[in-house]
Amino acid sequence: MDKSVAVSRNDIGLESPAGRKLPVGLRQVVAFVLILLALVALWEGYKLLGAVTAGSIPMPVRPDDRSMPHIWSIVGALFKPARRGGEDILLIILLRSAVFTWREALAGFTMGSVVGFALGVVFVRSRLLERGLMPYVVASQTVPLLAIAPMVVIWGSRLDWPAWTAVAIISAYLTFFPVTINTLRGLRSPDPTAVELMQSYAASEWQVLWKLRLPAALPYIFTALKISATASVIGAIVGELPSGIPDGLGRALLTFSYYYVSGPEKLYASIIISALLGIVFVVIVMLVERMVVPAQRRLAE
Amino acid sequence: MTDQTPVVSIRDVSKVFDLGGNNRLQALANINFDIFPGDFVALLGPSGCGKSTLLRLIGDLISPSSGAVQVNNKPAHQARLDRDYGMVFQQATLYDWRTIYGNVQLPLEVMNYPRDKRMARAREMLKLVQLEEFGRHFPWQLSGGMQQRVAIARALSFEPSLLLMDEPFGALDEMTRERMQMELLSVWGQTNTTVVFVTHSIPEAVFLSSRVVVMSARPGRVTGVIDIDLPRPRSFETRESPRFFQKITEVRECLRRDEVKGASS
Ligand SMILES: Nc1ncnc2c1ncn2[C@@H]1O[C@H](COP(=O)(O)OP(=O)(O)OP(=O)(O)O)[C@@H](O)[C@H]1O
Ligand SMILES: [Mg+2]
Repeated sequence: MDKSVAVSRNDIGLESPAGRKLPVGLRQVVAFVLILLALVALWEGYKLLGAVTAGSIPMPVRPDDRSMPHIWSIVGALFKPARRGGEDILLIILLRSAVFTWREALAGFTMGSVVGFALGVVFVRSRLLERGLMPYVVASQTVPLLAIAPMVVIWGSRLDWPAWTAVAIISAYLTFFPVTINTLRGLRSPDPTAVELMQSYAASEWQVLWKLRLPAALPYIFTALKISATASVIGAIVGELPSGIPDGLGRALLTFSYYYVSGPEKLYASIIISALLGIVFVVIVMLVERMVVPAQRRLAE
Repeated sequence: MTDQTPVVSIRDVSKVFDLGGNNRLQALANINFDIFPGDFVALLGPSGCGKSTLLRLIGDLISPSSGAVQVNNKPAHQARLDRDYGMVFQQATLYDWRTIYGNVQLPLEVMNYPRDKRMARAREMLKLVQLEEFGRHFPWQLSGGMQQRVAIARALSFEPSLLLMDEPFGALDEMTRERMQMELLSVWGQTNTTVVFVTHSIPEAVFLSSRVVVMSARPGRVTGVIDIDLPRPRSFETRESPRFFQKITEVRECLRRDEVKGASS
């Protein structure tokens, strides 16, 4: 009933015409690993090219070990103590920070999704409120996070909130917008006859919402939640900086960029862990989507 | 027949659509007719003559600009609130997150039937349209004709006294269409619903109905009501009988008479 809900098997061209097919999950993993290897090869190839030509051709990024440490020294750094004589290896420290940041992001993601969804439901029921509030919702996203974050932190400290709540709110601020927009679109997606059918049963507004609009909106909402999952991590990392929270990835990134010169690979390592956190979060959302929305109804990504 | 109280009574109904600005479109003008219990009425006319509009007026999905529609002796609006009619559209309009069972149960859920009653009704209805093995399938796993049968089962599940169908077989091929017509007649024979059936196919109208309401366009009005007294049950032989062709000719002439009038005026 909805043309835009296309069949999506999410395969990345690994389906051979000869019928030699891997299971979809495995195919995704294989594709991910292949692309990862290609990126590593590109990185190292660039460095190699730099070494061979030795500065005789201009290159946009200096291919030396400071600007671009070898992949193996980045991976190696993960398994060495972060500080000389320190107890824990960098990987453990970063993972601990990642878990800490993820908790803040999850709180923000949850708040933002609930608020975003509620706004979507309110807007679909009232054109007037949509017209009145939507400009502010849009405007909220054009104000730079860098300006919002310190403000929230200051308010939070005035009100004696625990420090992480301010971070969660900043993260929620980035999260709610895509959810609102997509919820609204999804709730409006059923075609008029589907709504008339409900009217012919004299269904109440709530029944139309629960039995028609909401199920129709689910694929749209999950698309938003995937965007929001990554946004919430970014929000949490950025939010940690003005809050002075020492336990998260934000501080780790800041610290390692201070000491970049003495150990560039540590910054790269923490960037990789931050990216992994976002990926893991998105994968979790996708797994939930898989349980809730049948394949035929998932929106193409 | 006329001493019965009508299921649907349409009195001086007009519908004007406001198209914004000074643009208004008179879709229906001065419609008058009655539909009696157990009738199978076909609304027939050229595209754009207001068949769907009239059907939607009967079903209270829109309201008339003037005149009144009574269903079961009450205003159409009250009839809708009392769940007096079931609707079947040109598209099956199944909800694709629901199984076939789930779709047939949708009106029953809305009307708060108890769960066991819902399941029993859904089974019964699917048996009626001969789809009992497909209850656990999803809509996209069914062909167009099967989906339309599910839509009919869904419309009948709460035993409405009036079934409103808007070109339900319009999207089907000729062979499926004829089979579906037979099935509809058998379902209609087994339940005692009154049917209003919109179509622009003359043979379909004649084959199915007990009366054909012929409409003309711009503005839509009723130009003739033709009784179809072909014997029932209707069958393959009906389609080849001389009476069938006579009736088709009669309906066609009614449509044409109107066209000629329209062209000369
Ligand atoms: N919601 C609406 N707003 C404005 N005009 C409308 C609306 N619905 C129908 N019309 C107009 O009313 C006229 C009758 O439309 P209707 O859909 O009832 O025709 P129809 O007989 O069902 O045609 P078809 O056989 O093509 O389905 C058309 O001219 C159409 O443009
Ligand atoms: Mg129509």
